[in-house]
Amino acid sequence: MTGPGHAGHAWRGRVGMIGLIIAEASLFGVFVVAHLFYMGKSLHGPLPREVLSLPVLGTICLLSSSVTVGLGARALLHGNVRRSGLWLLVTVLLGSIFLAETAHEWYRLIYRESLTIGTNLFGTTFYPLVGLHASHVIAGLVMLGLCCVFAATGALRTAHAERVEMVSWYWHFVDGVWVVVLMVVYVVGR
Amino acid sequence: MSVLARPVPSAEITAARTWLEHAHDWVVTVDHKRLGIMYVVSGIVFLLVAGAEATLMRIQLAWPELHVLPPETFNRLFTMHGTTMVFFVGIPIVFGFGNYLVPLMIGARDLAFPRLNAFGFWIFLFGGLLLHFSFIGGEGLYGSGSAPAVGWFAYAPLSGRAFTPGNATDYWNLSVFIAGIGTVGTAINIVATTLTMRGPGMTLSRLPIFVWTILTVSTMTLFILPPLSAAQIMLLLDRYLGAHYFDTQAGGSAVMWQHFFWFFGHPEVYVLMLPGFGFVSEIVPVFSRKVIFGYATLVAATVAIGAVSLSTWAHHMFVVGMGTGLNAFFGLSTMLIAVPTGIKLFNWIATMYGGRIRFSVPMLFCCAFLFQFLCAGLTGVMLSVAPFDWQLSDSYFVVAHFHFVLIGGLVFTIFAAIYYWFPKATGRMLGERLGRWHFWLFVVGFNVTFLTMHIPGLLGMPRRIYTYPADRGWEMWNLVTTLGVPLQAIAILIFAVNVVVSLRRGAPAGDDPWDAWTLEWATTSPPPAYNFETVPVVSSRRPLWDLKHPDDPDGPHE
Repeated sequence: MTGPGHAGHAWRGRVGMIGLIIAEASLFGVFVVAHLFYMGKSLHGPLPREVLSLPVLGTICLLSSSVTVGLGARALLHGNVRRSGLWLLVTVLLGSIFLAETAHEWYRLIYRESLTIGTNLFGTTFYPLVGLHASHVIAGLVMLGLCCVFAATGALRTAHAERVEMVSWYWHFVDGVWVVVLMVVYVVGR
Repeated sequence: MSVLARPVPSAEITAARTWLEHAHDWVVTVDHKRLGIMYVVSGIVFLLVAGAEATLMRIQLAWPELHVLPPETFNRLFTMHGTTMVFFVGIPIVFGFGNYLVPLMIGARDLAFPRLNAFGFWIFLFGGLLLHFSFIGGEGLYGSGSAPAVGWFAYAPLSGRAFTPGNATDYWNLSVFIAGIGTVGTAINIVATTLTMRGPGMTLSRLPIFVWTILTVSTMTLFILPPLSAAQIMLLLDRYLGAHYFDTQAGGSAVMWQHFFWFFGHPEVYVLMLPGFGFVSEIVPVFSRKVIFGYATLVAATVAIGAVSLSTWAHHMFVVGMGTGLNAFFGLSTMLIAVPTGIKLFNWIATMYGGRIRFSVPMLFCCAFLFQFLCAGLTGVMLSVAPFDWQLSDSYFVVAHFHFVLIGGLVFTIFAAIYYWFPKATGRMLGERLGRWHFWLFVVGFNVTFLTMHIPGLLGMPRRIYTYPADRGWEMWNLVTTLGVPLQAIAILIFAVNVVVSLRRGAPAGDDPWDAWTLEWATTSPPPAYNFETVPVVSSRRPLWDLKHPDDPDGPHE
């Protein structure tokens, strides 16, 4: 709805996004609980400490992409579409590096370490948890990528600042989840 | 007579249109009122289907050693009955009313995200149809299985591939999962609408109690429904990709599913029941001609129930051997939740006390609700005592208990709500005489069936058995239980006739047939697409009282 409305209307997208984030958080929560519950209960290897290594590069890229997406959203708010598009593009690149590292890790685990979802309880809880997060990264990259395309074609305008901000909230959430996954899977779980 | 300027009724503009154009309008609509009506109507259709399933089961159980149904069909029927009633009757009707009423009650044009709303409805409907497609997909098509037979809570590992081959369980899994996506979307929508789109003067402390209840359950839904979806994803991974979440052979847990399911499943009961409390809190004051007693305590009790219900789930699991500490915790938290619920009962009784009560059909249903819900609550507290539960878990006592909650509590309030808001949605009154027949037959039939059902449970009759031997002393109780079914069926039939007749020939309702006080009665019946021509400024909890009695506004008394 366009038009003046009253002040509340500006907030409905935000409240909606917070609601989505709560729902997504409780979705992730169950996968995290399952991972914690089955920690160390695998009947045989490969075990996490044998095959997992800290994804340092991906983590750095993903966490710093929170900063770039924030800069992109703010640039649009100040009316600078070009700069906004550039920052969003940087965000997409950083997110893609993260995904590439995950893909490489999975390739290594599956083909060299012979760890699949059916190998043991570690595989059972590892792939769905990390994969659920990665699928959220993909969804975020699609949204951010669309924003970049719109910025390039001139379809993105200052009027859309709030929507881009909502995408950035989602992206911050995906980053926050990664911190939890990193702690649970790669730090505590190892 | 309207207290506000009357907008042009949309029916006059659209008089000369074909039925196909009308159908098209309903399919493409994003209007919260039409979606709300479609939610409630499809919920009632599923109610009839699931009711027919229950009738078949009761015929089978009417007497020992009957063979009306083969055992595997009986298992399918109780699974489909439970799943349908919870996910495709309770949820859509409750959220359908939320859809219809929330924007009208808070003075908004529509929900915050109308297209998300339409998406939620259609994906819910698809889920319901997918579930029931499992029946006809049955033996005819190779590999598509038949109706699921795993019970409505589909305990893993029994619902895993090793114990339930074929695709029937996947119909259960996917249809409920899909419908859940729509429910979460609708819950987000209602929260955003209530928090950000209230009309001028409609502060949170002036929200109608129904809006408070639907806000509470929508918030709860965000916390409890995704865990069920997560567990269903895990079950799907177990069944198709060889994961071991619930596979005890590989070290997986046989109890974990129960925790995840009931973390959803128990709060879900309150998600269904709290809006029922909301209906009662709207209807009882209007038909007692008094302000609701203790608005603040009712709101506080609503939110308290919502919060405490998140920590009661494992009282469904006393018999799995959780240990004394957990048993005590979940027993006590379950008893604790009876406190705010009891407060509510006193609120309603105190509202009626000293009022000029009009026993119209909505009020009749509310009065029966008060008595029946009290019974349901008391058996609930009995079952929260772990040793008592060890004795009666999975018996017909439990079945009787939760049917008292969900029919004696929820369905009675839903009927009250339909009789109360039908005039607003259609512009015509539901017939009072047929309504009374509906009420009395239903209240008698319900109590014959479900009061009686407690007793075979106490005598040790387990649930989910398709027949039983003759020497257990259960036969007379089962026969009486079954004899209540035709009474309820006739009552529902009368209700259906009443709806059809009233839609054609019912007395015109006018804007405000009950002389009520909440905002939805300020606009026409049915309301125009835009709801209000000018949104009234609210200055108390009873905005229409203020408009009707400008000399004696409510505000100073609150």
